[in-house]
Amino acid sequence: MANQPAIDPMEQFEIHKLVDLPTFHIGKVAVDMSINNSVLMMIVGAVLIVLFFALTARREIVPNRGQAVAEALYNIIDRVLVGPILGPHGRPYVPYLFTLFMVILTLNLMSVVFAVGNIAGQSWTFAVTSQLAVTATLAVLTFFSVFILGFIKHGPKFLGLFFPSGMGLIGAILMAPIEMISYFVRPLTLALRLFGNMLGGHVVMSLFGSFVVALAIVGLSGGMATLAFIPSVLSFTMIVALTGLELVVAVLQAFVFAALATVYLNEVVNFGHGH
Amino acid sequence: MNAAVADFHTYKLIGAGLAAMGMIGAGVGLGVLFGNYLQAAIRNPAGAASQQTMLFLGMALTETMGLFAFVVSLIILFGS
Repeated sequence: MANQPAIDPMEQFEIHKLVDLPTFHIGKVAVDMSINNSVLMMIVGAVLIVLFFALTARREIVPNRGQAVAEALYNIIDRVLVGPILGPHGRPYVPYLFTLFMVILTLNLMSVVFAVGNIAGQSWTFAVTSQLAVTATLAVLTFFSVFILGFIKHGPKFLGLFFPSGMGLIGAILMAPIEMISYFVRPLTLALRLFGNMLGGHVVMSLFGSFVVALAIVGLSGGMATLAFIPSVLSFTMIVALTGLELVVAVLQAFVFAALATVYLNEVVNFGHGH
Repeated sequence: MNAAVADFHTYKLIGAGLAAMGMIGAGVGLGVLFGNYLQAAIRNPAGAASQQTMLFLGMALTETMGLFAFVVSLIILFGS
């Protein structure tokens, strides 16, 4: 079996430069703005989002199909998350949460669609949200804008978040470090959740994809080995099922990211109000 | 590959496998979560839909623990 391709599920997460741009320097930092496959996918995602809303934002009273989809997506943020969790004070934050949701949703769904390219060894496809740098950027941006917003709105009183009420002075001082750790680990969990889900899903899909090919090659050698076609076909069915699962995960993770951002915002917006 | 490097590689693989065992807990947790949600939803179907957001939030938080184990395992495998 010399002609068999090596099974390497991590190969799909390699960055390839597609368009080489000269490196320039800002101060002492070298900046390489070359277009690689990750950047290309992000550009495609941005274009898709803008196109989608340019085509569907018609404001008709009887919506057509596209507008109905756009309104359904908006309702996920507005009616399901912000309404029940944040209440009326949360209205100004709907645009940010919706942008976050749409970016993650689009990139996730694109990574499921282009997973075909990953399995086929194309160098221009890439699952953007399975890169820790991207998810960490989104998470850190969300976390620190919420944290800074807390200080802008409530001033130093916002530090009361780390001192649980009803514990007495000594209990509050003892609990404060634990509360702080569990608070500042949030961007890490936010980033790792999206990253881990997408990475895990793609690794599993890629593994089953390589099983299909490897077992079919074994099966082609004839004789008893023809039986290897059975697991090959089974692996292919598995890919179909996994693609369905990945679609669910893609939507769910975008929703969960927005939901957790809403929950974090809730501590700032309704600070001291109870719930 | 000399013997020391081969040993290091072997232990690395064993370690990665052990680290991945942390995902058992996340699996149990998700089972408890969805099982209890279903039980409650069957007893009171009218109230089920309103708690779906909390279900997915709980799922995300539970899953994170498993993903930590997964990421640690990947760091052991592919980290330098």
